[in-house]
Amino acid sequence: MANPPTTSLSARGSPFASPAVQLRTLRQLALPREFAGALQAAGLPPLRPSRIGVFQLNLGKLCNQTCRHCHVDAGPDRSEVMSRETMEQCLAALASTAIPTVDITGGAPEMNPHFRWLVEQVTAMGRHVMDRCNLTILETAPHRDLPEFLARHRVEIICSLPHHRALSTDRQRGDGVHEKSIRALQRLNALGYGDGRSGLRLVLVTNPVGAFLPANQAALEVEWRRELMRNHRIVFDAVHTITNMPIGRFLEWLQQSGNLSEYLERLVAAFNPAAVPGVMCRNTLSIGWDGRLYDCDFNQMLDLGVDAEARRHVRDFDLARLEARRIVTDRHCFGCTAGAGSSCGGATT
Amino acid sequence: MHHPHYYHDGDLARFPELGKNRPELAQKFFDWYGAVFAEGALSAREKSLIALAVAHAVQCPYCIDAYSRDALEKGSDLDQMTEAVHVAAAIRGGASLVHGVQMRNRAGQLGM
Repeated sequence: MANPPTTSLSARGSPFASPAVQLRTLRQLALPREFAGALQAAGLPPLRPSRIGVFQLNLGKLCNQTCRHCHVDAGPDRSEVMSRETMEQCLAALASTAIPTVDITGGAPEMNPHFRWLVEQVTAMGRHVMDRCNLTILETAPHRDLPEFLARHRVEIICSLPHHRALSTDRQRGDGVHEKSIRALQRLNALGYGDGRSGLRLVLVTNPVGAFLPANQAALEVEWRRELMRNHRIVFDAVHTITNMPIGRFLEWLQQSGNLSEYLERLVAAFNPAAVPGVMCRNTLSIGWDGRLYDCDFNQMLDLGVDAEARRHVRDFDLARLEARRIVTDRHCFGCTAGAGSSCGGATT
Repeated sequence: MHHPHYYHDGDLARFPELGKNRPELAQKFFDWYGAVFAEGALSAREKSLIALAVAHAVQCPYCIDAYSRDALEKGSDLDQMTEAVHVAAAIRGGASLVHGVQMRNRAGQLGM
């Protein structure tokens, strides 16, 4: 097998399963400056939220794939998933706000037994739903009818595809993933997803397959549009590029491959002040599978909860306090401000 | 500075030191270089693959390091990069072989 499967850090008992070990590893590196210092040197204030426009729910670490770069350390061997009770607390919090968008992520969020119920509740509230989908889940028996369900509820699909060719996709995500992803995209297209007219929005997300920065988003989109049409008759609405965060299984790979110091130095050297205003922690609130609140999905995986002045669990949700909080930053934050910037919505510049 | 080898990977980052003498010449080069690689009639990704191929043709280890990374960062995969190197190798190989015609001309002139 060209790309031997891996398992989660947690299942392997790796020290990197511990957020504290991940943070310590990053903090031990010799870097020319800290994130707060980089902001200051650029004449920028410490990060604070603008207005929370995205309620990002992480439904858990359970996933049908075990991608080598996964910052969540998700996989089939993980069992943490959001309960119905926590979802009800999230919905109550959401109802107390006018936050327009609910971004559902995981793991493979569709594997949460309450996923469809949650989508129905959120869409009934008139909020826009985004599903961060790994595509292959749509090819598994229990979820084969999901595309129709998602289309019926006008859910935007944000799907992972590292490359328009199989080589890199399978390298990052496992053998056979590219072929299944292409089949899933073709099924989504058949429902109108990505055609630019139906309103069923289909976005492809790519992370670099290795220790380097993503390509220019606009240039990539032009090329992918041409190649996916030419080779597979696939259409889509946009490509988003996301920089790999030096955490989770990607951190383990960086260290094992001898790339860790150079990658962090590269992120620091590529710090771009223009990328800062658009970072996702400024307009997104991240909610963990257990209901705890974070500035972003990366802080969630590092167990860096929202600032202590704000309440830290969704059952105690207080929008005014959350919008007044200071965002918690550390060295991994250089990942979102390098080059063209990176967020759940792709490049930030 | 003494190096145990002629090539030192840290020297690539020192390229701008060429501008310590006759800086106006270095400036012209670096400005031109930047303009050459900008998006144009060819995409930046295509130019990066050409650069990678030429790096192999001129066998410059600095350029091979730099454009291996650059090609990946422009969205190329290892198959595409390998094809680019084969193009360089084919031209190099073909360039040698096509001189065989000159050899045949000369041998034909000299031989009986």
